[in-house]
Amino acid sequence: MKKTIITVVGKDTVGIIAGVCTYLAENGINILDISQTIVQEYFNMMMIVDTSGTSKSHSDMADELKALGEKIGVMIKCQREEIFQSMHRI
Amino acid sequence: MLNIFEVAETNKMIEKENLDVRTITLGISLLDCIDSDLGECNRKVYEKITKTAGRLVMVGAEIEKEFGIPIVNKRISVTPIALVGGSACRTPEDFMTFAHTMDRAAKEVGVNLIGGYSALVSKGMTHADELLIHSIPGALAQTERVCSSVNLGSSKTGINMDGVRLMGEIIKETAELTKEQDSAACMKLVVFCNAPDDNPFMAGAFHGVTECDAVVNVGVSGPGVVKTALEKVRGATFEVLCETIKKTAFKVTRVGQLVAQEASRMLEIPFGIVDLSLAPTPAIGDSVADILCEIGLEYAGAPGTTAALALLNDQVKKGGVMASSYVGGLSGAFIPVSEDQGMIDAVSAGALTLEKLEAMTCVCSVGLDMIAIPGKTKASTISGMIADEMAIGMVNQKTTAVRIIPAVGKDVGERVEFGGLFGCAPIMPVNEFSCDAFIGRQGRIPAPIHSFKN
Repeated sequence: MKKTIITVVGKDTVGIIAGVCTYLAENGINILDISQTIVQEYFNMMMIVDTSGTSKSHSDMADELKALGEKIGVMIKCQREEIFQSMHRI
Repeated sequence: MLNIFEVAETNKMIEKENLDVRTITLGISLLDCIDSDLGECNRKVYEKITKTAGRLVMVGAEIEKEFGIPIVNKRISVTPIALVGGSACRTPEDFMTFAHTMDRAAKEVGVNLIGGYSALVSKGMTHADELLIHSIPGALAQTERVCSSVNLGSSKTGINMDGVRLMGEIIKETAELTKEQDSAACMKLVVFCNAPDDNPFMAGAFHGVTECDAVVNVGVSGPGVVKTALEKVRGATFEVLCETIKKTAFKVTRVGQLVAQEASRMLEIPFGIVDLSLAPTPAIGDSVADILCEIGLEYAGAPGTTAALALLNDQVKKGGVMASSYVGGLSGAFIPVSEDQGMIDAVSAGALTLEKLEAMTCVCSVGLDMIAIPGKTKASTISGMIADEMAIGMVNQKTTAVRIIPAVGKDVGERVEFGGLFGCAPIMPVNEFSCDAFIGRQGRIPAPIHSFKN
């Protein structure tokens, strides 16, 4: 399993989760976990996804999600799980 | 499983607090390029560098994208050229051909700096060492990306005072050759005592002779991260202060370790070390001096600075050591003046003097770094400053270095502007009393008593 963390930050609006999830579904990326909060009207979401089912490279996925974010008006980042694991887990 | 707060914390460090991987430095041994024919030797050097480092920049960019962390520099360090070119070079001009070859290779593979135009003369100088040292001013003035370093002493061997005297003159000459650009070539020249073989940071990086054929070394940095963490514990006890620095250093270093392992895997080159240094940049919020202020000083240089820096340096090491399987020899806090906005402000405010900086170098990673001094400073005075710094390193069994810029045609009250990562620096006054007779003596200073451990 190849885990990737997707973070979405931006002003809350209708259809953020729908937009991201549609993209993931279309590309065969399975969502393992979602957590989401609203802090001072700002939308904060983190998704843990499994990318082993997609044919897309990490780089393409990151670019496309970034472009999608720009369309919805939020910032979407796509990072391999290890950077967070190494920083927060011994 | 990871939670949203942990993920947000990491991304805040990257986006707001300038957490980055400062450099992936690929060390390449050139010992197998040695040839008595100058042209042939140059050809082998070019080929070895471009072949080994061909994918370095691409791999760096890929890691950047996958982990979402900036990797600011991709660099190369090579075996000290005095050793590589020794059998082929008869004149300083012969050695300069290697500087041009290194410069060409660096441009070909796309790295911004290449280190190793170096000589190791801590006890004595070979003829080749001497030729290389004499070629340094021309080599640095004529090339763009080549960095040079000279090791002048060690705790085991003492200080080579003939080398110290010579380097004072070489630094002056280097400044003179690039006087139109604020003597900028001096930024690419550093002298050391106890130079580490695996330093990933420029200008002092070279690939030591005890290293393997090629090795990946990584330098991480995040002064902004430490400062932000300390903002939350204002007024707390030293115990809390130290714990906070330690934990932050741990987190920062873990990222370095991850990047180093990944780069090593992708390049199929062994992982060497992570250097867990707090290396500032002129960017706002990326300053070591600001951390000292956050610890409780009005400016870096105020009384208490040396103690605060000692504490900071020690905690950075303690936190980092557990985070990485192999830690580099230079780890700690860097205190370059021109590359740190907080340091520049402290000098401008009159809070930070050269003498205080010298005291600070006793307790942190490096030495007198990126300091602009008046262009009229005598070569022997520069040698005196170098000798002082070497003595601190020798006696305290630590690395010390001097990278100063005697800005030709400028004096105290003026500034030099280098631009980019190198920043700018107000010219600092230098003690003008003479040390000519001291520097004029021949020979070397013997190793200190505590070096006799056998």
